Amino acid sequence: MAKFLIRRLLSYLVLIFLASSIAYLIAASTLDPRGHFEQMQPPPSDQAIEKELNKLNLNDETPLAERYATWATGVATADFGRTIKDQSVNENIARKAGVSLRLIVAGTLIGATLGVAMGAYAAVRQYGRFDRVTTVAAFFLLAVPAVVVAVILQVSAVWLNDVSGMRLLEYGGEYSPNLQAGFWGTLADRVQHAILPTLALSLSLFAAFSRYQRNMMLDVLGSDFVRTAMAKGLTRRAAMIKHALRTALIPTITYFTFTFGILIANATFTEKIFGWHGMGAWVVDSIATQDVNAVAAVTFFMAVCVMAASFLSDVLYAWLDPRVRVS
Amino acid sequence: MSLSVEREATAPEAATPISGRWSSLVKELLATRRVMIGLVIILGLIAMAWIGPLLSPWEFDERDFGAFRSPPSADHWFGTGSTGRDMFHLTMVGLQKSILIGLCAALFTTVIAALVGAFAGYFLGLADRGLMWVTDLFLVLPQFLILAILYPLLRDSGWLVFVVLLACLMWMVTAKMVRGMTISLKEREYVLAARYMGVSHARIILRHILPNMSSLLIVDATINVSSAIILETALSYFGFGIQPPDVTLGSLIAEGARQALAFPWTFWFCTGLLIVLVLAVNLVGDGLRDALDPHSKSRT
Repeated sequence: MAKFLIRRLLSYLVLIFLASSIAYLIAASTLDPRGHFEQMQPPPSDQAIEKELNKLNLNDETPLAERYATWATGVATADFGRTIKDQSVNENIARKAGVSLRLIVAGTLIGATLGVAMGAYAAVRQYGRFDRVTTVAAFFLLAVPAVVVAVILQVSAVWLNDVSGMRLLEYGGEYSPNLQAGFWGTLADRVQHAILPTLALSLSLFAAFSRYQRNMMLDVLGSDFVRTAMAKGLTRRAAMIKHALRTALIPTITYFTFTFGILIANATFTEKIFGWHGMGAWVVDSIATQDVNAVAAVTFFMAVCVMAASFLSDVLYAWLDPRVRVS
Repeated sequence: MSLSVEREATAPEAATPISGRWSSLVKELLATRRVMIGLVIILGLIAMAWIGPLLSPWEFDERDFGAFRSPPSADHWFGTGSTGRDMFHLTMVGLQKSILIGLCAALFTTVIAALVGAFAGYFLGLADRGLMWVTDLFLVLPQFLILAILYPLLRDSGWLVFVVLLACLMWMVTAKMVRGMTISLKEREYVLAARYMGVSHARIILRHILPNMSSLLIVDATINVSSAIILETALSYFGFGIQPPDVTLGSLIAEGARQALAFPWTFWFCTGLLIVLVLAVNLVGDGLRDALDPHSKSRT
């Protein structure tokens, strides 16, 4: 089992390296840092532009292979280069990765757990009122793109604040600037800001998971081993949780691996719409400012996240399915 | 011996036309209520998108200088935008593009996925390793990011190139499923029979293996329609998608979202139509899966 996980880990490392290299190469050949400097007001002299581009390893007259080699040697020593504004990419990652991770982890935990729990419960009570309500809700939510969910939440927050005449829900930024409220006040402020983005992210996740888990659970509920478990004297509850849910979770975990990429994209939209300065918002901004190194760094971060999720699901898989452990 | 007797006995019945794959498929679909509701809505939306602009008294580029951001009225059915353009006409044209993008992207996606998956699963060995590795690599690359980075290239090359790229970034999961099914199908008797008769590998894949998973492919193509529409909306929202003068529901939503509270008609009409469109497509896909997949009868 340890061998299986180590082998997976190694292939993940290769994939991460390749994914960020491809992203760097695409970004370096399509983005136009020279144009960014030429548009500045007042326009800098040609020599100044040339000097700046060379310093940042962004000069499009340097052969692509050479720029890539410089970048790759930097990455090998854990240095992602400089942004187009000549700041350290590493420092930016350090500041922004936490913001994104908080959002992604909280959103995934809430969305996936609620989705799995409600989907499984709906399957047990098939055609009951709970089942009908969650099915319709999930079906409707699945039809609304994440961007639109976020925008609708934001619009309703503005409306709610207007109606109630208070700032009940915050919909911009991650915290209030210049807030002096001590530890608990700051915490409350952060939570207040985090409610809507986390909700936006977990809603679509919840919809997908509850639907998927319901279907998987229904497939399992009729099987012989669940009946046997109850026949040998297990309570219905124990049979459902220990035997049915455990088996039905296995395909859901595979599904989780496949959809994690979409989740990261959704996190990008959520950050941008709610004005959080995370990795996702950074990448949208850096494409606009032709910032090659930043784009490559964010791709690296996203690839690491996807791989971490895959690895996590490998571990969960091995834990849930004894066949994986034995072979 | 007994087999041939049996066959003779049933021969006269077999003479009555056996319903083929397509006619039985159509029959199955007509019997599924969800599919019918979804199809009717989609056809309605298509009719609306293409006939609507003809009925509208305003032109696509025309500006009404007497009515900037005016609410819906008898003159402007969906109101006007910030430059005085008729929202109804814009929304209908956007709906056309969104439908076209969804359908084309889903078609391309399914073709790529079917070919990659079937070839990998049929030949296994080195070809399989290579193809699955590429698939995994594509799964790791964040699609949204790649499309956004490629946007400077796309800006001038029209929406069809955009659709092809969209398809290139969406085929992976389906390809994996197709591969799994191919591995089990290639051991079936009719495939072995074809191989022993000397049918070429490519022909076996195209004539025997892929048609036998058509239900999976159809269901998946339907689901891909809605994924493509959703991805396009997200890209257009951030300005990385379809470029003006083309409009899609996504770019309209992006514009409307900024003024959703002050001028709700610029936001809610296109958003509502988008949700109805995706909902209808999902309804069809969901119903199709239940109708075509014998394992999921219990799920209705």
